[in-house]
Amino acid sequence: MLSKEEIRSIDHEIALVPVRRAACIEALKIVQHHRGWISDESLHAIAAHMEMSAEELDSVATFYNLIFRKPVGRNIILLCDSISCYVMGYEKIYEHLQTLLHIKFGETTPDYRFTLLPNPCLGSCDHAPTLMINQDTYRDLTNEKLDDILKEYK
Amino acid sequence: MERPLTQHINFNRTSLNLKDYVSVGGYQAVHKALKSMAPQDVTKMVQEADLKGRGGAGFNTGMKWSFVPMNEVGQIKYLIANADEMEPGTFKDRMLLEGNPHQLIEGMIVSAFAIQANISYVFLRWAYKKAAWLIEHAIAEAYAAGYLGKNILGSRFNLEMHLHTGIGRYMCGEETALLNALEGKRATPRAKPPFPQVSGLFGKPTIVNNVETLSNIPHIINNGPDWFKALSLTSDAGTKLYGISGKVNKPGLWELPMGTTIRELIEEHAGGMKKGFKFRGALPGGASTDFLVEEHLDVKMDYKSVSAAGSRLGTGTMIILDDHTCPVGFVHNLEHFFAQESCGWCTPCREGLPWTERILLSIENGEGRMEDLDLLEMHTHHLGPGNTFCALAPGAMEPLQSGLKYFREDFEKHINEKKCPWR
Repeated sequence: MLSKEEIRSIDHEIALVPVRRAACIEALKIVQHHRGWISDESLHAIAAHMEMSAEELDSVATFYNLIFRKPVGRNIILLCDSISCYVMGYEKIYEHLQTLLHIKFGETTPDYRFTLLPNPCLGSCDHAPTLMINQDTYRDLTNEKLDDILKEYK
Repeated sequence: MERPLTQHINFNRTSLNLKDYVSVGGYQAVHKALKSMAPQDVTKMVQEADLKGRGGAGFNTGMKWSFVPMNEVGQIKYLIANADEMEPGTFKDRMLLEGNPHQLIEGMIVSAFAIQANISYVFLRWAYKKAAWLIEHAIAEAYAAGYLGKNILGSRFNLEMHLHTGIGRYMCGEETALLNALEGKRATPRAKPPFPQVSGLFGKPTIVNNVETLSNIPHIINNGPDWFKALSLTSDAGTKLYGISGKVNKPGLWELPMGTTIRELIEEHAGGMKKGFKFRGALPGGASTDFLVEEHLDVKMDYKSVSAAGSRLGTGTMIILDDHTCPVGFVHNLEHFFAQESCGWCTPCREGLPWTERILLSIENGEGRMEDLDLLEMHTHHLGPGNTFCALAPGAMEPLQSGLKYFREDFEKHINEKKCPWR
């Protein structure tokens, strides 16, 4: 079941496009914003509202890397693993994150505080290595900086 | 030296709001084009200026617009700003989006007028959170000031503008895949023809242009094609946003005359290589361009010269390979990216890229065989231009084929010594 608020936001997006299903990515974003991730239950509810089959919607949901089809932590760490960050040593940052959080890429801490994911180029190559946590971008990373940054996220 | 795109961008303060932008001559091109020019004349002027697409392909922008059908009155058409900057090593559009969003919006209004499109989108990558906020705000300001909406400046031209933020995937930067993403589908490429200029978003004529391309439009309208051509040092017109990342003293981004040499970029603007690091090569325009090496340092960074040197200008943002970085690891990192970002639509790309990546990983880990180099070589042909549905796999093969050419000894050393000499 979608909440009234979710339906209101989705219908607003549907009104902006000539074909109903064109708003399905917005619908996934809206529901993920409210629930943190897209469960099978959510997927079926959105599909019904969008007048699509659940399979069709899932093919869209699983294509894009920032729609989460598994539960994620309260804070999402996206560490850039692309070329400029490779040259500037993202691997050391990754090692340090593993030591601090005891998780690898694709995993979530048992207390659901952090999910750690690799991410292609974040467009801050002149300040590599770089990562994002939720809405925030951190540049010119060092292990020392990372210790302080993580303290900000509960 | 004139820097039309970045002259008003000041990163020590917030981005230009509407009032700031108008006070430095902003929106004059909208006044000029909508009040005193015919749409076809705008297209003609841009075509004469020889503004080549700054997203990487380098096609003449005015020429691209000229394929849009102009005879049907009331036809729905779309203009889209491609702000899905995701080419690894590229961070130039971010500067324009965050520093001067109204310049982009003005460029979009004039461009939409040229093709008589009444609906426009900024397709922005999700990671650019600050840009999203600034563009949203700038669009609202432009509506309030009458530069967007109905009957703009009394010209009877109407234009809606919307911001669409993506949810990941490199493929969204490919213009037909971007259209599928906007239609709520998987971002796979479409067959061409029909080209988007004729049948694009929702089957309607559509132009997709890069942010840097569109940001140049107001300046061309205000100053004319001859002025634009004179900005350049070579036969490719205009200025270019150049960037450098890697082990240099001052990585960064600079607007310079088109045709500035690689040497000048590295030595003067990026402050040279960091102490203790030597230049071994560079990808001149993002992850999907061929390596250039020391013998190419005096190559001019324009479309023709870089192409004559065996690579592509691409996005003009350069990634430097230094002597402390393993070339095999470097190329493996690139192919890992491309394998991951393949949309899976066509077989050579879906199957070939992961194969390439695994071979490179085994060589990097000291488990490679000499015949693996032949296998890699074979992939550079099988995944090359003409064999795949879009440009992703051929782009992925560019650093691999030139890597094998220029750093073959390093590949062989890994195989002979059964380890990575850098680890």
